[in-house]
Amino acid sequence: MITYEFLQHYWWLLIALLGGLLVFLLFVQGGNLLIFLAGKSEEERQLIVNSTGRKWELTFTTLVTFGGAFFASFPLFYSTSFGGAYWVWVLILITFVLQAVSYEFQRKAGNLLGTRTFRIFLTLNGCLAPLLIGTAVGTFFTGSAFYVDKSAVGHIAAPVISRWANEWHGLEAVTNAFNVEFGLMVLFLTTSLGALYLINNIASESLAKSLRRYLAIFFALFLVMFLVVCYHLITMEGFAVDAAGEVYMEKGKYFANLLAMPAVLTMLLVGAVLLVLGVVFTLLKSEFTRGIWLSAPGTVLAVMALFLIVGYNNTAYYPSTADLASSLTIANSSSSEFTLRTMAVVSLIIPFVVAYIAYFWRQMDRNSLTTEEINEGESY
Amino acid sequence: MVETALVDWSRLQFALTAAYHWLFVPLTLGLAVVMATMESVYVATGDEFWKRTTKFWMKLFAINFTVGIATGIILEFEFGTNWSNYSWFVGDIFGAPLAIEGIFAFFIEATFFAVMFFGWEKVSKRFHLASTWLTGIGAAISAVWILVANSWMQNPVGMEFNPDTVRHEMVDFWALVLNPVAVSKFFHSVFSGWMTGAIFVIGISCWYLLKGRERRFALSSIRVAAIVGIIGTFAVMLSGDSSGVQVAKYQPMKLAAAEGLEDGGTRAGFSIVPGVEVPGVLSILATHDIDGYVPGINNILEGYTTPDGERHLSAEEKMERGDIALKAFSDYRALRESDPAAAAEARALLDENVEYFGYGYIDSKEELVPPVGLVYWAFRVMVGIGGLLLLFMVVVLWAERKGRLEGMRPLLWAALLAIPLVYIAGQAGWIVAEVGRQPWVIDGLLPVKAAVSSVSVAAVQTTFWLFVAIFTLFLVIELRIMFKAINEGPKTENE
Repeated sequence: MITYEFLQHYWWLLIALLGGLLVFLLFVQGGNLLIFLAGKSEEERQLIVNSTGRKWELTFTTLVTFGGAFFASFPLFYSTSFGGAYWVWVLILITFVLQAVSYEFQRKAGNLLGTRTFRIFLTLNGCLAPLLIGTAVGTFFTGSAFYVDKSAVGHIAAPVISRWANEWHGLEAVTNAFNVEFGLMVLFLTTSLGALYLINNIASESLAKSLRRYLAIFFALFLVMFLVVCYHLITMEGFAVDAAGEVYMEKGKYFANLLAMPAVLTMLLVGAVLLVLGVVFTLLKSEFTRGIWLSAPGTVLAVMALFLIVGYNNTAYYPSTADLASSLTIANSSSSEFTLRTMAVVSLIIPFVVAYIAYFWRQMDRNSLTTEEINEGESY
Repeated sequence: MVETALVDWSRLQFALTAAYHWLFVPLTLGLAVVMATMESVYVATGDEFWKRTTKFWMKLFAINFTVGIATGIILEFEFGTNWSNYSWFVGDIFGAPLAIEGIFAFFIEATFFAVMFFGWEKVSKRFHLASTWLTGIGAAISAVWILVANSWMQNPVGMEFNPDTVRHEMVDFWALVLNPVAVSKFFHSVFSGWMTGAIFVIGISCWYLLKGRERRFALSSIRVAAIVGIIGTFAVMLSGDSSGVQVAKYQPMKLAAAEGLEDGGTRAGFSIVPGVEVPGVLSILATHDIDGYVPGINNILEGYTTPDGERHLSAEEKMERGDIALKAFSDYRALRESDPAAAAEARALLDENVEYFGYGYIDSKEELVPPVGLVYWAFRVMVGIGGLLLLFMVVVLWAERKGRLEGMRPLLWAALLAIPLVYIAGQAGWIVAEVGRQPWVIDGLLPVKAAVSSVSVAAVQTTFWLFVAIFTLFLVIELRIMFKAINEGPKTENE
């Protein structure tokens, strides 16, 4: 029986899936962070830009779809978080906007700012977007300061439903260590994925060597942050919801969720193992270039598991530290049953979309990218 | 109190983003058709000349496409950042088309754009052609969904207000999708894009002719573009006609403003410019009947009765009923747990008046009149330029077919002038649609001032100027890159 509650869980699962796919596809950003680090010559930098440049629109589209799907399924999150944590989202958007034009503009005659500036924009987006998105997702666990009062709509002079409790409008998230650790973890992960992708996608031995070195560094940093985040997740207080919908603090809530949902625990463990294996094989065997195809599904699974821990099992996924009762749960922030049901039908197209993307990805990437191809064919 | 400055700056910011976005989108919609047609000729004839021609326009397409994407993402997220109240109040309906747009359209565009641009040597000829068409089709599908969303704001259908969740909730998905306003708006917008693409191609090609360069390329491009443009213009006229009837029916105030019509009636005259009027034509345009009744601004504010006996409430009566609805809403919220019987009474009163809910926020009836001068002139600019461009394209196609085009230098110069004109017409069209519906964000249900986020005026001003700076910089760079690429030319002369 497809109940309202089922649909809310189903849509949270889709949000988790889109979140997982988005973090995986942020390999584009990770790769761009390596433009100047790993690319020692103009030729190598151009290879990196052209390699991520053939995938950036998928990442961008996934981000837009993630936003659209969140809007359609949990509109109270959209209105509370975007309107509240204003500066964080605006900053993220601006870095993506700069990125969107940089590929096309960077080597064109008449681009006013020069190739280097546009590549700096790409690097800036490569650094800030994963860091800020990660920090924002960190607040799913630690909470933000806001009030939600739906009755406010009746107050003619001030009909605003969601209000942020401070003037920092989201920037205060960086004062919480866990949020920053979470952001850094995502940043180091996406950079590692970027290195793995480039190793797989580009045919250049010298670049591959340099990329492997950065993979080792960033993945080590990732592991440290991952362990720190896991430690906090096991020990920290979480925002639990009782049967009446009241939100209260519970010690070790997120770890308890993990134990209460063996499927999610399995996802997290399998995801982590795949992620690590992809990197370890790449680092141990110099001829092994397919690490990304182990680490990518690993990332998707692990990120999905994190979303499920914070949304399922009577947990407030977007808690308010200013007013616990204002916290958002998948039950109180979702769209109506009719809309979720309609959109559930729409979601049946997703496997088809994923299939054609995968098909054309293979078609386009049958051979690794070379300097000859860039010079002879169309390129950025 | 929601500050007036916050409302004004938020509105200005959205208008800025939308206006910039619409500088890039119509060319994407139209140029896609032109270049896909050219590539079809290439695949059918095998003539390499057409491949090079396609590739040149594709290059310009890509430069433009990327800025369209950059401005588009801001628009989507602005609903949340700057219109948070709106996002909850109608998110149950409005979010769905945005999500569908992403799932159905943007992935098609993203995937096939990459194949189209980088896949010449990687996929078969026919597959490549399919990718080019699919890129354009993806853009058109995205227009479907965003215009379904926009049209719902102009003519809200298929939903019910739920005071427990404090939002409008979707009850009929197909009413939303098949909203007559959405159907007209889709054809009107997409085909205006065809006009933009056509005029763009004709203008640049005529420049080559003026310079005595790229003769075959220019003449061939003009032929394809003029045909696409003429088809587009007729479709724009037809959909514009049905749009007019719908505006008269669903948003009479917008129509009255677009006509500067203070006092209406039957056999209403159409104002060409102030003081020059054709009797009866407005009635025909608005109702397809010369005796049709068209209310003016004063009639709408004071209330009127149409010849068939239907009475329309005055602004004051609507505002009173809006007040009742808002008060009943607050009573219901306050009493629903403590006194279910009284709450049920309040609920019944709310349901009775909910149609006028948004009027409860209106302070004076003057607020209900959009800026008349702007809407009036924008409408005339749009229609006037549209008509001129149709005539222009017909003459260009005729001259090209007769082999006389190259000798008609004033016409070639006019083609260059036509490029800014087609953009002005497109912007003017959106001014009519969006300024004309003020003060409503959702017609009758939510005024703009009740839709904004709770952020400071300074924050909105900061992001406004930031967007002005970034978008203007992008526009300048885009134009410079385009001019360089055009000057370099398609290099088809040796063919």
